[in-house]
Amino acid sequence: MSKKIIVPFGPQHPVLPEPIHLDLVLEDERVIEAIPSIGYVHRGLEKLVEKRDYKDYVFISERICGICSFIHGATYCQAVEQVMGVEIPRRAEFLRAIWSEYSRMHSHLLWLGCFADSMGYENLFMDCWKVREKILDVLERTTGGRVIQGVNRVGGVSRDMDKEELNRIKSEIPGLRADYVELTRIFDEDLTVQSRTKGIGMLPKDTAWELGAVGPTIRGSGHAVDARMTGYGAYDELDFKPVVRTEGDCHARCMVRTGELFTSLDLIENAIDRIPEGDIIVPVKGNPSGEYYAQTEQPRGEVIHYVKANGKKNLLRHRVRTPTLANVPALVQMLAGCELADVPVIVLTIDPCIGCMER
Amino acid sequence: MKQPDQKVETIQVEELIHRVHSFHDDGYRLVQISCAQEGDAFEVTYSFDKNLSISHIRIPATPENPIPSISKIYLASFVYENEIADLFGIPFSGIAIDYKGTFFRTSVPHPFGTSQITVVKKKPEEQHE
Repeated sequence: MSKKIIVPFGPQHPVLPEPIHLDLVLEDERVIEAIPSIGYVHRGLEKLVEKRDYKDYVFISERICGICSFIHGATYCQAVEQVMGVEIPRRAEFLRAIWSEYSRMHSHLLWLGCFADSMGYENLFMDCWKVREKILDVLERTTGGRVIQGVNRVGGVSRDMDKEELNRIKSEIPGLRADYVELTRIFDEDLTVQSRTKGIGMLPKDTAWELGAVGPTIRGSGHAVDARMTGYGAYDELDFKPVVRTEGDCHARCMVRTGELFTSLDLIENAIDRIPEGDIIVPVKGNPSGEYYAQTEQPRGEVIHYVKANGKKNLLRHRVRTPTLANVPALVQMLAGCELADVPVIVLTIDPCIGCMER
Repeated sequence: MKQPDQKVETIQVEELIHRVHSFHDDGYRLVQISCAQEGDAFEVTYSFDKNLSISHIRIPATPENPIPSISKIYLASFVYENEIADLFGIPFSGIAIDYKGTFFRTSVPHPFGTSQITVVKKKPEEQHE
């Protein structure tokens, strides 16, 4: 038997801009065990809820992550609104759904670019990020922010979109769809991508369920698990259907994300067609008292925002279970038995967001 | 849209393993484990999901009494149990992968478990003092 050696992977690694550390136990070139270690960017954001007004805290919750910021803010607001029994205007729920789907597309395109880069496919990386710029332009135009939008409020949203803007967004969708068709074709058919992803990083269907995986990680293993299916916000009216693949390998997880780009466009089109007229925010008076677990779907998977309050302006507890934390056990499982050269590709297929995970 | 009300069932620590086994045998997915302060003690909540319906069970906890780990039933619980042990100082017995306090790197031990953090407000000119 070969001698076992331990190779440290991260917290600084060329394919991972965020810090996670893995001790890879190797026999020759094969990984037999991966031991994760986190905590390099723990900021204690949840603790801040004890010091900040629950309405001001919306802006802190958006800063949990620099990619899926909008959905963090919306989910936090949703949790507080449920505790307070606030029913927000229907138009605000549709606007949140539209911005959520734009956030998902920008996150998935960012990931697809990074994934291409991890395989040494530089021009595909640039193609993905070129398309992502179009998404960020819409976010900037409609909210004022490319990455941190800052439009969520407890009780609704602070910005509206007029008819002209909604029509403009709708007119841009066919162009985006054409871009996605071309990107999907490359990720699906290119030999370089296939040789680095097919049959690699296997996560069988039963194991994905047992390990509590979420998002494209579990949907790439054959489970239709997506919080949007619960119909929160406006999703009950948007005819949502999850994208599911059954292969359970890196390629499947990649193709779930490319498929979700089209789903997001469909949802945005449906939302524009069905958005009602009316207010975008209701006044919220008083302080929350009670607790609630709000569950929504981020680009990386299901996120849970738990809030607990006792009638004061500061909450007692805010806890965020981010999708990356839920996918760590699945990652450990996928790495056991793989080749050392495949580690960066496999790690990327859970789309790890460490800033999010450590809060 | 108003979401359905959520019910959290409080049980005793001794019942935990039996109840978690029941969830596992019924095909539930472990969604999360969270901890919150309740008076001078803590409460740990376990959430499970099946067919888009989420269920919660809760146990009381203190830093003096270890909670039995459920990682023999749901391996994925090791991340949540290590997190709670590191942030709140609540011990778990028998975690499948036990980091023994090194999973989260914090500047003070168990920052969420005690009131050892003091917020000091300073004027901009005093910030480098």
